[in-house]
Amino acid sequence: MNEIITTKDVHLYYGKKEALKGITLDFPQGGIHALIGPSGCGKSTYLRCLNRMNDMIENVKITGDIRLDGNDIYSPQTDTVTLRKRVGMVFQQPNPFPFSIYENIVYGLRIAGIKDKEVLDERVETSLKQAAIWDEVKDDLKKSAMALSGGQQQRICIARVLAVRPEVILLDEPTSALDPVSSSLIEEMLLKLKEEYTCIIVTHNMQQASRISDTTSFFLNGELIETGLTKKIFVTPDNKKTDDYLSGRFG
Amino acid sequence: MDPIRDKILKRSKESNQDVIGKILSYAAIILILAVVVSIFAFVFAKGIATFTENHASLKDFLTGTDWNPNVKGEDGKPLVGALPMIVGSFAVTLLAALFATPFAIGTALYMTELSSSKGRAFMQSVVELLVGIPSVVYGFIGLTVVVPFVRSHFGGSGYGILSGAFVLFVMVLPTITSMTVDSLKAVPKHYKSASLALGATEWQTIWRVILRAALPGIMTAVVFGMARAFGEALAVQMVIGNASLLPTSLTNPASTLTSVLTMGIGNTVMGTVANNALWSLALVLLLMSLFFNILVRMISRKGRM
Repeated sequence: MNEIITTKDVHLYYGKKEALKGITLDFPQGGIHALIGPSGCGKSTYLRCLNRMNDMIENVKITGDIRLDGNDIYSPQTDTVTLRKRVGMVFQQPNPFPFSIYENIVYGLRIAGIKDKEVLDERVETSLKQAAIWDEVKDDLKKSAMALSGGQQQRICIARVLAVRPEVILLDEPTSALDPVSSSLIEEMLLKLKEEYTCIIVTHNMQQASRISDTTSFFLNGELIETGLTKKIFVTPDNKKTDDYLSGRFG
Repeated sequence: MDPIRDKILKRSKESNQDVIGKILSYAAIILILAVVVSIFAFVFAKGIATFTENHASLKDFLTGTDWNPNVKGEDGKPLVGALPMIVGSFAVTLLAALFATPFAIGTALYMTELSSSKGRAFMQSVVELLVGIPSVVYGFIGLTVVVPFVRSHFGGSGYGILSGAFVLFVMVLPTITSMTVDSLKAVPKHYKSASLALGATEWQTIWRVILRAALPGIMTAVVFGMARAFGEALAVQMVIGNASLLPTSLTNPASTLTSVLTMGIGNTVMGTVANNALWSLALVLLLMSLFFNILVRMISRKGRM
């Protein structure tokens, strides 16, 4: 299989504290890849390494090798702007800008210098359709995105990422702040998106991981305990700790 | 009687404290309200005396350019044309806000987005220091530095609206800066993350998201700065030249409502036309600050939508 992201021996330190203790993990192109584990195990931190969002935090040191399509994303030549256009991110809390729905979706395009109204309109429609929210908002694209419900806002945020046409989408617990109906809408949407995009999703919800993901990686205390096909991990895990966590003995 | 019933029906110490607390805070509110209302009533009553007792016309007051309340004009009415002062006040205020706003936003952005925590603390104390300098000191510096500077670079005597605006620029800078800092800080962090994660540069993020989200707050800051500039008396009076003429250029001596008030209030006798006319100017000042207040409310209400 074609690997789109490869990471080798990734260590991350917050000051003196080692939050990631040598993660080696590859993601094949396409599909949904779940990162699971208890709170504070480093799965979100690891996810944020993949589009260099940890750069924003002071006192963070990252070592190891992270490659997108074979290119080292932490090399001095790498432009974070280009990287983040290729590797989009959806956050735990829906975070639309306080603009209209339309302006939210075209934000990534406008900053990339796209001005052509036809292109913008077309991208807005496709992205909102991909994010399964077109029918709900198509008549009031000028309305503020802040007026939508949490679940709708999160789908707007996903559409906003899709509009930039990234190759990889990182999702940091995208449904943990949402109600079950909105969550299942987003899950269905991800299942459609995985044909075209590589989705890497951090989730607390083990049912969610088992329902939608193709591969699952289990993190514990900053280490990668086990990774493999989701079916295999959930049914016959190799590691005792994985088994304990999945059967609810801790976490 | 049943002791338990007795205990329940009796007011506890805590609920008595509650009542006392309420009485104290209501008393404070009533006192302050009374002070505000009486100031308004007093200034209002005094301010309209020019028109009711001395029979000056309101139209002359607002549009006339002759300010000489002790003298009667050809129509037998006192010369109380306040237009030069009104124009002067607005001119220095608007110019000062125009000069100060870009610098204030720049400084505030540095403090909230760009600087290290050390730089932020340093700028914070610089801004606080500017607030603490008494206005007479600003006026004195204006007199010895700004006036000669304006004279040699812009011509004229150096006294005038431009010098006033330069001095006020420094005086309103801390007000606008610190309020802009507050409104930038109130922009949720996750807007920034979302923007950067979409491939925006830091500058694009500041320009398109952070400043835009903070805009109502920044506008409020500017209005507060203008209110401060409009009401400032001493420093302006020292550099503006104090000529009650309709200003024809920025470098000619002019006057503001406040400068005429501070110059005149000691030289007039209570109850005379000259004194009443000054009260009318004070009334204009009061109404303007009321207007600035309402403007701020309107902006913040709009921003909340």
